Amino acid sequence: MSAYKIIDHEYDVVVLGAGGSGLRAAVGLAEAGLKTACISKVFPTRSHTSAAQGGISAALGNMGEDDWRWHMYDTVKGADWLGDQDAIEYLCKEAPRAVVELERYGVPFSRTDDGKIYQRPFGGMTKNYGNGTAQRTCAAADRTGHAILHTLYGQALKQNTEFFIEYFALDLIMKNGECKGIIAWNLTDGTIHRFRSHITIIATGGYGKVYQSATSAHTCTGDGNAMVLRAGLPLQDMEFVQFHPTGIYGVGCLITEGVRGEGGFLVNGKGERFMERYAPNAKDLASRDVVSRSMEMEINEGRGAGKNKDHINLHLDHLDKAVIDERLPGISEAAKTFANVDVNKEPIPVVPTVHYNMGGIPTNYKAEVLTLNGSEKTVPGLMAIGEAACVSVHGANRLGSNSLIDLVVFGRAAAKRAAELIKPGKPHEEVSQSETDKCLDRFDKIRNSSGSTKASELRLSMQKTMQSKCAVFRTEKTLKEGIEQIRVPHEGMNDISVKDKSLLFNTDLVETLEFDNLIRQALTTMDSAYNRKESRGAHAREDYSKRDDKNFMKHTLAWQDGNKVEIKYRDVHTRTLTNDVQYFPPKERVY
Amino acid sequence: MVQFNLPQNSKIEVGNHYKDQTNSKNLKKVNVYRWNPSDEKNPRVDTFEVDMDNCGPKVLDVLFKIKNEIDSSITFRRSCAHGVCGSCAMNVDGVNTLACIKSHTDIKGDLNIYPLPHLKVIKDLIGDLSTLYKQYESIQPWLKVTQTGEEKKEIVQTQKNREKLDGYYECILCACCSTSCPSYWWNGDKYLGPAVLLQAYRWINDSRDGDKKERLKKVADELKLYRCHTIMNCTNSCPKGLNPAKAIGSIKKMLATS
Repeated sequence: MSAYKIIDHEYDVVVLGAGGSGLRAAVGLAEAGLKTACISKVFPTRSHTSAAQGGISAALGNMGEDDWRWHMYDTVKGADWLGDQDAIEYLCKEAPRAVVELERYGVPFSRTDDGKIYQRPFGGMTKNYGNGTAQRTCAAADRTGHAILHTLYGQALKQNTEFFIEYFALDLIMKNGECKGIIAWNLTDGTIHRFRSHITIIATGGYGKVYQSATSAHTCTGDGNAMVLRAGLPLQDMEFVQFHPTGIYGVGCLITEGVRGEGGFLVNGKGERFMERYAPNAKDLASRDVVSRSMEMEINEGRGAGKNKDHINLHLDHLDKAVIDERLPGISEAAKTFANVDVNKEPIPVVPTVHYNMGGIPTNYKAEVLTLNGSEKTVPGLMAIGEAACVSVHGANRLGSNSLIDLVVFGRAAAKRAAELIKPGKPHEEVSQSETDKCLDRFDKIRNSSGSTKASELRLSMQKTMQSKCAVFRTEKTLKEGIEQIRVPHEGMNDISVKDKSLLFNTDLVETLEFDNLIRQALTTMDSAYNRKESRGAHAREDYSKRDDKNFMKHTLAWQDGNKVEIKYRDVHTRTLTNDVQYFPPKERVY
Repeated sequence: MVQFNLPQNSKIEVGNHYKDQTNSKNLKKVNVYRWNPSDEKNPRVDTFEVDMDNCGPKVLDVLFKIKNEIDSSITFRRSCAHGVCGSCAMNVDGVNTLACIKSHTDIKGDLNIYPLPHLKVIKDLIGDLSTLYKQYESIQPWLKVTQTGEEKKEIVQTQKNREKLDGYYECILCACCSTSCPSYWWNGDKYLGPAVLLQAYRWINDSRDGDKKERLKKVADELKLYRCHTIMNCTNSCPKGLNPAKAIGSIKKMLATS
């Protein structure tokens, strides 16, 4: 291995990722007096939290009566009972406080007539345990994620957070099953940095880019998830991939569920409001997995819209222009830019599009990473939050607006737990050089690879396989083919070529490393999906069309080593956190 | 008369010409500024012949096509591809914009792509925005409120007061405006520039903020604020349709009347 100069740093805590959850954690850690580094491959406000549109859920009750227990019930049901109810209780109970905190940080929420935070209806959000629509989703027009991300970055600046921006993280430093920090590559000057820390918090977001059509940013490559896999730890529930019902046809750009919350609806090629048939009560505001499946069925049965009958129309042209201008201005802009549609006059052509990963790094409600070693064990020194984590509050299907609240509630929880676990300035243990060597060997090998295949070719092959074999509907046959086909681009890593050999802002190498991260998650996703022989939430098997609570009330755990994926299971928690609420036992899920 | 010359190592040379390999009938010539600090050569402009029959509609799609199929070493920032993250700001056809929302069909003839003007180039289309980020930090972009003991409740803000933030809170910090401003080109180290002044105004104008006077005082400076000479390039170039010039004008007006 050629010698890389290594620059060493010591911190109490390292946060990897500067989106909503990473920034909220960093703010809390600074408040607790812990010396914190926040590392990100992009400038914080470029993080994908900025793309969240519709809102952030919390039972504030600003627009009618509400109760965090109702929010909890909706989340449990939305998750198709795969969520851990202790964690869901924590999320929903903490949510109102977290939103008020954001408001006091400066988020420019839209307002009610009496000047309170405006809340809109959203899919699956109901009153009184499924009886009537709740207005629970707090919104800053249709730019809520943008507003929250910029505000949290401001708070992090206020706390003098130490940022390491445009650093690409390579690997965790592990010692006897404990995390001791991370190694990262500074893109702007090409140097390698070793961060020693007592706690490492992974907040690297989802891995939507394993699919060809996704609302995800190009940076959504699940780098932290892959680092966890390389450290010999499992990822959880990777088969649960959310398809958002309304991505712009042919482009994948997100159109918020808030459009339907404000009164928009879906229409098939025959002009029918078909959601009335699939979800008689909630209609267009059923949960996302239900709406996406209904849309696919309409298209598959020949009732799609357009020349090729291959999409669905989203109407908001019946809405008052003033409502659109005030509450959905970003959507009008996106529809114009990407579909050349004037939303006041025409419908937006949409299709279900990959949007969110319910799966990720298994954690408890304190954000501590879990593994299975006989029974559930925490991994000392390692935490995960945000979309990278699988707490699991979203179970088999996340409700819209529950992701932004997840970011801030568990971002804060991680900081709180870290403050309990370590004292500021605690000395660092010695770690042998071998972990660093292992990481840099891999880095160097990929950097100097001179095969005949481009990362872009392998990435496309992976994305096409995931899109065709692991989509909204799955069968034994497609998944079995998928398991074989997804290993082809994985093998391709042996013959990869990187043209740019430099160290300074080498995006050719970054994309190759990102592909190496993505393909590991593609393998675990495909294999996890194949092994779950039931239908639950976003995982719809045509050959096992019913939910199977007897055999599958459990989380999938997947370890990856080369092209082998080992699958184990851990039981879903059938308990709440406190006696403030009772466990909701599984029942049939209808909207 | 004095003659000015660019230093030797800044002269832009004619670069590589990548001929079409696909026999496409619908080609576009794409000229891209290239500079790699690692090879110690001068900057150059490479020309790529791109098959437009198999290319997405936006300028960013053209760049992806070049990176994926022709030259994987071409370097640019990108993330959301939906016009909300602000990563892919660059100079396209002489105008600063986001590559992800700019349609290449709007541009007749060759497509010319350069980094944002007057930034130190890090590599190819990537400019160094660290000065702008420091200036952003200097305006203290966070809400300042006095403790009232009511911290468990949201601060009430009327719809009318909330409306005053529209047109300002949407800024994505892409820097298209600041890097199109001749005043910022000359005095970028001292003049805050349109992006940061728009952000300053967003906080000055927030009815919840208790520090309006101090904030105004902080920007009331010959260099920080009054280097704006209402050239309006900022407003012309904003890819989100915002009006930084108006924000700056409003700050000047507030100072003149306070």
